[in-house]
Amino acid sequence: MGWIENRFEEGLIVTSLDRAINWARESSLWPMTFGIACCAIEMMATGASRFDIDRFGAGAFRATPRQADLMIVAGTVTFKMASRVRRLFHQMAEPRYVMAMGACTVGGGPYFVHGYHVVKGVDLVVPVDIYVPGCPPRPEALLEGLMRLQDKIHRQTIAKRPAVGVEPASKEKNA
Amino acid sequence: MTAEEITAVLEQELADAIAGADSGGMHPHVWVTAVRLHDVMQFLRDDSRLQFNMLRCVSGVDGPASNEIDVVYDLLSMQPAVSELWRARHAFAVKVRLDRANPHVPSVADLWPTADWHEREAYDLFGIVFDGHPDSIKDHDGLHPQRILCPDDWVGYPLRKDYVFPDEYHGIPGKLEAVPPGPG
Repeated sequence: MGWIENRFEEGLIVTSLDRAINWARESSLWPMTFGIACCAIEMMATGASRFDIDRFGAGAFRATPRQADLMIVAGTVTFKMASRVRRLFHQMAEPRYVMAMGACTVGGGPYFVHGYHVVKGVDLVVPVDIYVPGCPPRPEALLEGLMRLQDKIHRQTIAKRPAVGVEPASKEKNA
Repeated sequence: MTAEEITAVLEQELADAIAGADSGGMHPHVWVTAVRLHDVMQFLRDDSRLQFNMLRCVSGVDGPASNEIDVVYDLLSMQPAVSELWRARHAFAVKVRLDRANPHVPSVADLWPTADWHEREAYDLFGIVFDGHPDSIKDHDGLHPQRILCPDDWVGYPLRKDYVFPDEYHGIPGKLEAVPPGPG
């Protein structure tokens, strides 16, 4: 979440601004060039012409976290790598999104029981928005994950949200 | 040369260093005492009959039941050939049995530079200390080769049979049971 979210009273201008901001954000998700292990091969295939991630506006793989919106953690995260993953995440400008690609990043994968060096899921290191399972996921799966992330961005709003734990008035009427 | 011939040469030239031999089977090898390992390896490399010019692998074998840890050196002799570029002439293995509590063995990185990283890996995963390794550091564990795969501040040797996985490393939970339950 960035500096602008959930700060304004709902209204016509806010709703229109939401549409514009979310359209811009979801249509130009620049991923970071960040392939750690074998899932990166599928990520590269997704970026190439056959699957063409550029169709969804996410084809500009940036070589620096400063210019990237989306970190696709494509591969096994070891304990040695985890601190680098976290640093790269913090170097990204908000709004930033993280996609956990593949079984290893979702939850340790094949290294869950006997892997002595694998973090049991990258969500223990950085907050994850979208999980894409598979070993490795096919490019279609990665594109599906990207579209789900776009859906998620589409639901973002700069309007204030009701406070957590406070029941809306309409619900009480129904009960 | 066959494995029997190699064993015979070693037992003739370096009888005091050979602790045992098994020249039959799929993996012919000799057992060498740790103090004489470097002499045996130097001989294996430089002798005109043997010419083991390639160290294929350095492996560790953990034996917690008998409180022993083994190091296995797999050697290969390659020679130029006319029909193909290089041909494998013969292969052999050297094994050393060490005390598991304090495993020390001379480094052979000066004979085969490839041993440098192999020995670092064997230290990293089994805790076998290779004395005289070119990339050694001194810390609370004494003088030992640097780690190569695990982080430098890693505790323990992961491929030992009695290794216990740490509960957390730099704030990252190591076991999923150690994750505190989140809200909701």
